Amino acid sequence: MYISEKVHNFQRGMRNGLPIAAGYFAVSFSLGIVMRNAGLTPLDGLIMSLLNNTSAGEAAAVGIIASNGSYLEMAASQLVINIRYFLMSAALTVCLDPDLSLAKRMIIGFDVTDEIFALLVNQKRPLSEYFAYGIAVITIPCWAAGTTLGIIFGDILPSSIVNALSIALYAMFIAVILPPCKKNHRLLLLVLVSMVLSFIFSLEPISAFISEGMKIIILTLLLSSIAALVWPVREEEGK
Amino acid sequence: MKNNVYVYIIVMALVTYLVRVLPLAVFRKEIRSTFIKSFLYYVPYVTLSVMTFPAIITASGNTLYGLIGFSVALIVSLIKGSLPLVAVSACLAVYLSSLII
Repeated sequence: MYISEKVHNFQRGMRNGLPIAAGYFAVSFSLGIVMRNAGLTPLDGLIMSLLNNTSAGEAAAVGIIASNGSYLEMAASQLVINIRYFLMSAALTVCLDPDLSLAKRMIIGFDVTDEIFALLVNQKRPLSEYFAYGIAVITIPCWAAGTTLGIIFGDILPSSIVNALSIALYAMFIAVILPPCKKNHRLLLLVLVSMVLSFIFSLEPISAFISEGMKIIILTLLLSSIAALVWPVREEEGK
Repeated sequence: MKNNVYVYIIVMALVTYLVRVLPLAVFRKEIRSTFIKSFLYYVPYVTLSVMTFPAIITASGNTLYGLIGFSVALIVSLIKGSLPLVAVSACLAVYLSSLII
């Protein structure tokens, strides 16, 4: 491949990554507010976001850190919450040049997220690694900057505004899970059951035995397995 | 004893990175099992539901404002799914309730 083609793909990646990065900034700013409420510093948030790039995973991690959960609980929760990336990477691997080096594959793997996967999987194959790098250099800093600024502004802004901003991340989660439920009533039922059980698990005395991280692990494994057995997803429904 | 926040971050980063990189670096095969695909399709819905409720009710520090914000988030995302709009209207709802009620 010529240098100019690499540069071109890199720039194209940055251009395509820009709208994703803007969305990430808003989500990670809200995540930063949640982190600040849990007592994390801007540096903690910056490092966590630079190394993880996962909204649900990081939001769950904040709860585990706040409750001083075990490292094992942290590892297990991240495995369960982020295991869907395994499926995405497995689908992505067939889009790559089979001869692409291990080092380059290891770089691409660092920034596989729901939005970026959707973008990458729809490109001409074999996928240009420079296109993926272009997306990464624009999305990762936005994600990390949003988190850091969220924590900083959480400290500066008046408490009435911070309290209001504290529900932004959860409102965004609702905006992710609810719209597909309009067309798919099985999903709606699954979401409702998940919320009801989550509520029950948060009540005394169950909450004394089952921490926030354990709750996420148990309910995700249990309910997703049941749903997969009862309602297997056909190819066209999935993604 | 309080655990170290940076050990937490390293643990989560390692697990998350391995999940992402193994299929690209080692297995290099697409997953065909319907059960696994279906399971992974449902995971985000369950995880995000569990994380959102009841946390959204208590996040603002006031249960009543939280319930109002939650209701607004539900209604707006059902009418118009746009993520920023849902977030802004839910936050505004909490802020305005704290001014009025």
